[in-house]
Amino acid sequence: MWRRTVLASIAVCVAGGAALCIGTDGFRALTTEQARRLSIARDPRTIPDAMLEDQDGHAFTLAQLRGAPVAVEFIYTRCQSLCTLLSAGMQRFNTERSGPLANVNLVSISFDVDGDSTPRLMEYATHYGAGGGSWRIARVRDPRDLPELLRAFGIVVIPDGAGGFQHNAAVHVLDAEGRLARVLDADASPADLARASATTWR
Amino acid sequence: MALIAAAIVAILALSPVRAALEGVMILHMLVQIPLLAVAGGIGAVALRRSWRQSLATWNRFGLTGTLLALVVSTWWMVPRALDGALSSGTMEWLKFVTVPLFVGAPVVLSWRELPFIGKGFVLANVLPMWAVVGWMYVVAPVRVCNYYLVDQQVTAGYGLIAFAIAVGITVVAIGSVPFKLAGHGAARSARQTST
Repeated sequence: MWRRTVLASIAVCVAGGAALCIGTDGFRALTTEQARRLSIARDPRTIPDAMLEDQDGHAFTLAQLRGAPVAVEFIYTRCQSLCTLLSAGMQRFNTERSGPLANVNLVSISFDVDGDSTPRLMEYATHYGAGGGSWRIARVRDPRDLPELLRAFGIVVIPDGAGGFQHNAAVHVLDAEGRLARVLDADASPADLARASATTWR
Repeated sequence: MALIAAAIVAILALSPVRAALEGVMILHMLVQIPLLAVAGGIGAVALRRSWRQSLATWNRFGLTGTLLALVVSTWWMVPRALDGALSSGTMEWLKFVTVPLFVGAPVVLSWRELPFIGKGFVLANVLPMWAVVGWMYVVAPVRVCNYYLVDQQVTAGYGLIAFAIAVGITVVAIGSVPFKLAGHGAARSARQTST
């Protein structure tokens, strides 16, 4: 009498447990952001070669920065919350240059194509002491390239209803082949970045 | 009854309705998903007697159905699953299929059969779990869903706590119901055993 129920219950537990386990990467990733970080660390991602433009109006691509470690962040200059944390972190990477970080390329990419003009980026760069080509505050030259770039990085930007945006904030580390290889917390220290660069550059 | 169930799912699947409900985290979690479960429950009521009886042989004392509903409802409480339903068409389909069929329907088919202790065990685990998940949404230092604003996450968290309390109060308020249902269930299984 009980056999069917017991069999069916075991099947439900096994299948359900497996689904929960696979769906959360072994219970390590309950959020999309955790899942993104795990997936990137496991399989570094190729990044589309979008043409970017820095605060001086100079065009460049992320691929051109290969040869030295690269840290990328996504911001918009009016942001009062997470981006200030990100940019303060970048400022530390920029000033505390030593060891593996001596020649690190820092790139902050704005996703606010309408709000962030080149002069706005310049103002922002001046405020944070970015310049000399070591820390580029950039925008996408052709706004149509932006969605693909954000998708490749796994950045989701949603309007906050008050003219600003909310977005997942993190430090993105590219490996020697220019692939996205590690994602660090927004408040990562220079030591964290140095460690991540060292592991991805082996 | 079956028509009502199908109509609820169909209306929820309409793209303006989907956009409206999924655009706000609390509506997604506490209106759309529960309504999908309700539709599944209504559908189960409409099942032919013979089907219910053959299903019942796989679901004695409501054990299988309860486990199924627990696992699947847990899945849809994971923030990543909510995000997934918004970013991936497959996950969205999965939600529209699994919530009615594997949460709503099994609850209806199993609850009356579940012994009193089983009911108590389920409620004592599920309601606090909802409240704890809700509390985690409220106090989380980070945004847990990439597709929802952080203030929506807080609202949804409080909503989930309120939902858990409301369900708890409802069950206590009609406190005699579980007893009666337990009685029915026991009586029915007694009858089945005797025949």
